[in-house]
Amino acid sequence: MSTSARYWREIPQRYRLEAAKCTKCGKQHFPPRIVCDKCGNRSFEKIVLPDTGKLVTHTVIRIAPSDFSTEAPYAMGIAELEGGVRLTAQIADVDFDELKVGMPVKIEFRRIREEGEAGILCYGYKFVPVR
Amino acid sequence: MRDVAVIGVGMQKWGELWEKSLRDIFTESALLAIDDAGVDHIDAMYVGCMSSGLFVGQEHLGCVLSDYLGMGPIPSLRVETACASGGAAFRQACLDVASGAHEIVLAGGVEKMTDVDGGGATFALSTAADAEYEVYQGVTFPGLYAMMAVAHMHQHGTTRDQLSHVAVKNHKNGSKNPLAQYPFEVTVQQVAESILVADPLTILDCSPITDGGAAAIVCSLDAAKRLSKKQPVKVLASAHATDSIALHSRRDISWLSAVEKAGQSAYKDAGLGPRDINFVEVHDCFTIAEICVIEALGFFERGKGGRGAESGETAVGGRIPVNPSGGLKSKGHPVGATGVAQIIETVKQLRGDCGERQVKGAKIGMTQNMGGTGGSCVVHILGSV
Repeated sequence: MSTSARYWREIPQRYRLEAAKCTKCGKQHFPPRIVCDKCGNRSFEKIVLPDTGKLVTHTVIRIAPSDFSTEAPYAMGIAELEGGVRLTAQIADVDFDELKVGMPVKIEFRRIREEGEAGILCYGYKFVPVR
Repeated sequence: MRDVAVIGVGMQKWGELWEKSLRDIFTESALLAIDDAGVDHIDAMYVGCMSSGLFVGQEHLGCVLSDYLGMGPIPSLRVETACASGGAAFRQACLDVASGAHEIVLAGGVEKMTDVDGGGATFALSTAADAEYEVYQGVTFPGLYAMMAVAHMHQHGTTRDQLSHVAVKNHKNGSKNPLAQYPFEVTVQQVAESILVADPLTILDCSPITDGGAAAIVCSLDAAKRLSKKQPVKVLASAHATDSIALHSRRDISWLSAVEKAGQSAYKDAGLGPRDINFVEVHDCFTIAEICVIEALGFFERGKGGRGAESGETAVGGRIPVNPSGGLKSKGHPVGATGVAQIIETVKQLRGDCGERQVKGAKIGMTQNMGGTGGSCVVHILGSV
């Protein structure tokens, strides 16, 4: 089990989708980085990612990690948001037959898992189909 | 830099080795390699192991394993780069010899995976992905490779049957390998109809949980001619490249650019191209991985890797035999040992010691070992002397 610091350190990203835009080349980084991997610049402007995008790929997890075993099966995917940033997340409220590359999704704030039996309740982002 | 040769290899049958500990498994493989080389000492050792800390609660492996090998107070180092740890350990051993630092060096790999339950093993393996931005969300390794498969199918029209053919071919090869964990054959239908792990991948698309070790002895080519009981095998190229840790950071989800880069670097160093390679041992942790890897190494055009096993081109006797050992699929995948076992198969093939799965007339072989979803890749080219 981890300390709470490991959890709250990532809250700006997991709760608010805070990202960093390179002031030199404009590349958007999520999570933020210390140095831009595209141009080597070290200064960034704080931005908030848009909450809509499209699925680039998807799967259904049938055999899950221990902390997620009661949730299985669940859908997961990688979505590309407007602006080009890509994220991995669960796809909630979806029929598995609906899953399709290119499917429009929006990002919602959801409970992700409970860490162990008495651990932190972990929250973050999930994708939900736009209908 | 000096030329480097492999003069000895050692490996025992892989599987669920309930009676044996991590240190037993490593030591037995290492002694087999030392005996095969016919040397009475080693000057240094490098051992690939992904996660002994999570699998058996033991770090500081360099010390543990040199202690139990009983070869004296030699420099001994554990090398970790996820599932490519074994290939990376072999590369470090080669660089050590090439630099002139040491003369006879052992490159080993080991993983003891069955001392934890399935959930524990899934967790340990997941640490090769981005812990905070992939694993946190609930993804597994089969899930990540499943997303590569969906992307490949969407972009290139790769089919469910083409995935199955990779497993069929590798199990057929593995059925002729007495050291394989699962030396049985499977059919296209069995692969497709076995239980789903992460859509579209079934349990028979996945490599297994395995206990196993592997070791090789390297020395300078000059010393090899003097020391070796058997025909030495020359290391023609050793290359290593990296990519993003998160799969989602890559523009093309099913293109393995670290594999492409390591492959190109190895070809350049050896002065060879894909057409010069007689066979290749690749990292088929999942069937889709083999398809993506044979494209990135230049054996098939981009998007056409699915045809490899289906057409028979990657079978033993085909245009470019892929995984004559049975690959990770059939031989097993004790993570840290896999890269060294690929070297062992290559040496045995070049010695002509592979019996029914022998690639006839093999003179040049390649190995490709990768970590995570391809975030690390190590490629070697070996040739007959």
